[in-house]
Amino acid sequence: MGGLRSVPGDRVGAVWVVLVAATLLSFWLGTDHGLGSAEARGVLILVVAFVKIRFVGRYFMELRTAPTPLRVLFEGWCLAVCLALIAFYLLG
Amino acid sequence: MATISDGDTQTAAPRPHRHLPGEEGTWVLILGDMTVFAVFFATYLYYRGEQPELFAESAQSLEPGFGVINTLLLLTSSLCVVIGIRAVRRRRTRLPPALFAGALACGLGFSAVKFVEYRELLSAGITPATNSFFMYYFVLTGLHFFHLVLGMGVLVYLIRVSRLPELGARRLAFMEGGACFWHMVDLLWIVLFPLLYLVR
Repeated sequence: MGGLRSVPGDRVGAVWVVLVAATLLSFWLGTDHGLGSAEARGVLILVVAFVKIRFVGRYFMELRTAPTPLRVLFEGWCLAVCLALIAFYLLG
Repeated sequence: MATISDGDTQTAAPRPHRHLPGEEGTWVLILGDMTVFAVFFATYLYYRGEQPELFAESAQSLEPGFGVINTLLLLTSSLCVVIGIRAVRRRRTRLPPALFAGALACGLGFSAVKFVEYRELLSAGITPATNSFFMYYFVLTGLHFFHLVLGMGVLVYLIRVSRLPELGARRLAFMEGGACFWHMVDLLWIVLFPLLYLVR
């Protein structure tokens, strides 16, 4: 199965499907569906956005196989910005 | 399993080959840009907190459908670019230009949707001077659009270069960096879209 790492061409297609599904989920949540509380919906929409960003970084930017410092910088950006935006959203 | 029966347990779990996509300078630019946008996103939410009713009411004037279509266009363009770069590495010369052109078509589609959206807002008398929400809306989407235009320039470069029969390592690194810049345009929109259109 380790060979998948060297031929991930078909995997990016699956990543695209996940990203499209996540986009439609956010759209559904953002148009007043799903969770009852607007704050909970807002936080969930932000979390989904950053999960999507991690997918774009890891699979489309190919950071999954990039040198560790770059991966750490990217993952650090995702975590820090996601938490900061949730904090600004809830406390702002 | 035959390949790992020589007793060398190290080979049982193949170590991934670490590869920097693009040049270091490109990543300084990309991470720098992402950080500038992060500050803008936080600033937007800070001012939203000052006038939550105004921001929520103003956001109702936006059509989330436009944002969804544009997200799907950019995701599809990113898929074309990543498959294109992989085909370039395999020294294919026909497939990559077509895929990069497909990505460019998605970028043009995004521009057309944005044009229609701006026109609808402006014809309804909504401008950046209307209120704080629309000031942020136009500045953030305008700044993102500027990056999209730069990215489309990069895609034109990728289309032209990927036709060449021989690519040196340096040119390939430049192409990878350009591809990552395009993915950044996609990535920034992934935050911008929910922030402006969906988060209530």
